[in-house]
Amino acid sequence: MVASSDGASLREPDPRSKQDRGLPVDALESLLLSLLAIVAAALLFGVFLALQGHDALAVYRTLYLGAFGTRFSLESTLTQAAPLLLTALCTLIPARVGLLVIGAEGAVVLGGLGAALAGVALSGAPDGIGTVLTIAAGALAGGLWIGAAGALKHFRGVNETISTLLLNYIAIALLNHLVSGPIRDFSQTLKAQSWSIPKNFMIGNIPGYSVHWGLLIGLVVCVAVHLVLRHTTLGFAMDILGGNRRAAQMTGLPIGRLILLACCLGGACAGLAGAIEIVAVHGAASESLVVGLGYAGILVAFLARQNPLAVVLVALVLGGISASGGLLQRRFDIPHAATTVLQGLIFLTVLASGTFRGRLLPRREAR
Amino acid sequence: MTGTFELGWWGVLLAIVAGAIRVSTPYLLVSLGETLTEKSGRVNLGLEGTLVLGAMSAFATCYLTSSPWLGMLAAGLAGSALGLLHAAICNLPRVNDIAVGIALFIFGIGLAFFLGKPFIEPRAAMLPGLPLGNWSANPAIRSAFDVSPMFFFGLVLAIALEWGLKNTRWGLILRIAGESADAARAIGLSVHRVRTLATMAGGFLSGLGGGFLSLYYPGNWNEGLSSGQGLMAIALVIFARWSPIRCFYASLLFGGTAAIGPAVQTVGITEGYYLFYAAPYVLTLGLLIYSSSPTRTLAGAPSELSISR
Repeated sequence: MVASSDGASLREPDPRSKQDRGLPVDALESLLLSLLAIVAAALLFGVFLALQGHDALAVYRTLYLGAFGTRFSLESTLTQAAPLLLTALCTLIPARVGLLVIGAEGAVVLGGLGAALAGVALSGAPDGIGTVLTIAAGALAGGLWIGAAGALKHFRGVNETISTLLLNYIAIALLNHLVSGPIRDFSQTLKAQSWSIPKNFMIGNIPGYSVHWGLLIGLVVCVAVHLVLRHTTLGFAMDILGGNRRAAQMTGLPIGRLILLACCLGGACAGLAGAIEIVAVHGAASESLVVGLGYAGILVAFLARQNPLAVVLVALVLGGISASGGLLQRRFDIPHAATTVLQGLIFLTVLASGTFRGRLLPRREAR
Repeated sequence: MTGTFELGWWGVLLAIVAGAIRVSTPYLLVSLGETLTEKSGRVNLGLEGTLVLGAMSAFATCYLTSSPWLGMLAAGLAGSALGLLHAAICNLPRVNDIAVGIALFIFGIGLAFFLGKPFIEPRAAMLPGLPLGNWSANPAIRSAFDVSPMFFFGLVLAIALEWGLKNTRWGLILRIAGESADAARAIGLSVHRVRTLATMAGGFLSGLGGGFLSLYYPGNWNEGLSSGQGLMAIALVIFARWSPIRCFYASLLFGGTAAIGPAVQTVGITEGYYLFYAAPYVLTLGLLIYSSSPTRTLAGAPSELSISR
């Protein structure tokens, strides 16, 4: 698919080429389109709720309250958003070279497994070093996992969307196998989980808030990815490859290396998300890693139109929607799945809105 | 399964064969549907959502009307509604069909869980099976050969599609739309309409696959009902090289590998249960690696298809 027009439609038009026009029309248009799409989705969801006999306005008020209304809900939103910042990058970075990777779910699992195993193996190491190595092991595991899909794509031509999809299921089966026997902590009788990492490897909350440090790590990684993609020759080379494979070939870019690198980096981000789930929340690998963080990340990446800075904003909105699910259930007796319906609707309208790109705002003729 | 123990290892083989027939049916229906859609030049990656929504619709309808066949119809209609939605969005210029599929995957599952919440507890009437094992007194054999008519429906459909795609006017129209949109337009076909109908038909069959899950095997409705059959069926289509009859063989193979885990469990082997569970996925990936090539597209792939370019 690399060479196809589909690769191009995964990406935004390169902003660099438009800078000389003075106004970032494309950026403005993207923002406007996303907002319109979200409004459309909200209207559709409102109709859906009304058909079910709910007061849509009251539901939206509660949704806002549950997401951003109080300090508690805001902290819960931020906690939900933290892993999405990283899992979104697993789709976003490969999309820059024209690949559609949907394997973040599996990379999160592998990252969590890697971190849990490394943490257990390293017990006795000094606090800081142990934590860093534990997290790094998770990122490495995730990077190799998606990197494998990149290698299959480059060397064997295996479609990366299908292979990463299959890898998700293989990762989950591997996790279930390991925590139900080989690495199971049999002293935990309530739940099948792995041995726990040492307590002193755990990263706590940001002082004064009940939000763990993973949020900050996610933010830093998003900004770093933005800088690399936007301001380095590597990022430029990736954009060329994603935009036009033949041009990349003509220029003599190392296509295989770029594909592998993009996949490894993306996978490492998702692996990092899994590792943070271990060192900040669970302390051990278990089925709690498989809660759809990866699939939500795909949604975030597309909603952010493959822009790492926009990911931050989108992750907050989607984190908010997830965070308010519980409140909706309690107040209106609306099933928790309502938030999934809303997310699906937003995804659909955002994709549909892509058709208006380049046609919504008037612009000067290109020179 | 009483009676399996006296059969020993023959029982394992029997369980795998029975499992293959039973587990393969949803694979078969979904993959036939996806073959139709992909032959027209589009990929619908959202069939997992379609499957789950179909399962819910079938179960809910069957519970309310106590007619499993009406339930199957509802499942098919719900599936084609999602197919129509997919096609309508993909008919817009510059929209990526794979991404729309992922969105429908999320949407369909959300909708199914939302609307299906009240139906998790109750029991509904089940689809009847054909008792082909009555010649035997062994209850394990009898239950193993209790085959759903949907399996035979799938088999007949596979043969009919294999023939129809090659030998009928409709099959030709579908293949032209999938091989070259320009050629189709040149002879006055509406590519959008062909693809819309093909995606709706694909959705209908996937919905039926879901109905099989909730009304025959495993035969209930809950949120863990599908373990990704809808997604794997898409890989299966590639494995089957877009041929309906090969979809049938591939479905049996997938069903058989999926049945290995539960089958060896009946003789007391529980070690590595979850690894057996991964067998169909590993098999698919292995076959994809084996059959793909970095320099040419997959043999038999419709040229307009985004995943084969």
